[in-house]
Amino acid sequence: MIGGFTTAHLLYLVQSIWWTLVLSALAFVLGSIGGFAIMLARISPRRWLRRTALVYIEAIQGIPLLILLFIVYFGLSVYGFQVPALVAAGLALMVYTSAYLGDIWRGCIEAMPKPQWEAAECLSLSRWQTLRLVIIPQAMRLALPPTVGFLVQVIKMTSLASVIGFVELTRAGQIIDNSIFQPFLVFGLVGAFYFILCYPLSRWSQSMESKLNVGNR
Amino acid sequence: MSAIVKLDEVYKSFGSNPVLKGVSFEVAKGEMIAVIGASGSGKSTALRCIDRLETIDEGTIEVCGIRVDDPKVDLHRLRLEVGIVFQSYNLFAHLTVQDNIVLALRHVKKKTRDEARRLALAVLEQVGLAQKAQAYPEQLSGGQQQRVAIARSLAMSPKVMLFDEVTSALDPQLTGEVLRVMEDLAADGMTMLLVTHEMAFAKRMADRIIYMHQGKVWEVGDGTMLDNPQTPELRAFLNNGL
Repeated sequence: MIGGFTTAHLLYLVQSIWWTLVLSALAFVLGSIGGFAIMLARISPRRWLRRTALVYIEAIQGIPLLILLFIVYFGLSVYGFQVPALVAAGLALMVYTSAYLGDIWRGCIEAMPKPQWEAAECLSLSRWQTLRLVIIPQAMRLALPPTVGFLVQVIKMTSLASVIGFVELTRAGQIIDNSIFQPFLVFGLVGAFYFILCYPLSRWSQSMESKLNVGNR
Repeated sequence: MSAIVKLDEVYKSFGSNPVLKGVSFEVAKGEMIAVIGASGSGKSTALRCIDRLETIDEGTIEVCGIRVDDPKVDLHRLRLEVGIVFQSYNLFAHLTVQDNIVLALRHVKKKTRDEARRLALAVLEQVGLAQKAQAYPEQLSGGQQQRVAIARSLAMSPKVMLFDEVTSALDPQLTGEVLRVMEDLAADGMTMLLVTHEMAFAKRMADRIIYMHQGKVWEVGDGTMLDNPQTPELRAFLNNGL
């Protein structure tokens, strides 16, 4: 017997949830800002901007997040930028999230009927005004379910930050398991905690989606 | 010169499909002109070219002295002069009726909130929908939505208003209420160019009727032209409608 699972272990796991949430929030907020910019570039009238954004999206979507983490964390340190694990993980997740959100949001914007653009432009609204006052407010309804759905993915993907030594939920589980060697119990709990974080969001996303479909019928 | 809209030898193709083949006509100030013709005759395209929703291949279009065919045309200026109403209303679904009208008044005309609201209510009054100011578009009938669309366009005080088959999606009763609003506008001296399938309305109200056929202006005349068509094409078109 190497040792039992104690309340101290449980407390350690629960505390580490905080860092999973911090990392998720960081990824999501930074990724949203980046994603918004990518979306704007993707629908730009300027071809080179659209192209650049497309290359970015396709490149990032074709690279595993784990590799992005390695590039940011180990790659930067080679050049003398010794970044803390949280910053490296946040940066990698931001790059990753912005590529996906940019693409999701572009789809939602493009799903808006073209006559809405025409009606706004014929009232002399500028392209930016049309986007900001007419298109985005309506596209947001459409974008919310897939965005929340993707947030669930982001929460789960933060577990990859454990490999660069950032102590979030998964890493905390590894640390405890290393000392008491009860992987089934420990990782079962870790999994349960992820589920508790993600499930309400998934349900929320689903309910919004069905509401949206009622509106479209 | 009193022509508000002037098309001269306008050509336009969609890919290899020519839609306008040398269209010329003028709309004078205060005139109401109805453009009739079969689907595919190019009448809607001609209308859309005037507000530069489509660009033309050849010829010239002039609106209130603005050369619309100029690639560097100031679209903002052009669209302040031209109001357009579409078949599908195109109201902004996330805004109330009042806010649909207030939006451009605030952000384009830079009116204050109170001023914009007052103006919105005034134009809604004009189309008989002041009591619906706080409703959302989806809560209105098609006819009411179309009247709001007219009010929204009217609020910008354009010099000419274009109507693109604005009653084609409506049943006869709703068509009637929209046509009455347009009649009032004409009586107020608004310059209007409408593409329509409402022959009775065109005959009764239009100063001139333009019959388009295969991308050309085929016949022009006043209301009596519908009783006495000069070309076999117009005669066939009118007979098919009966």
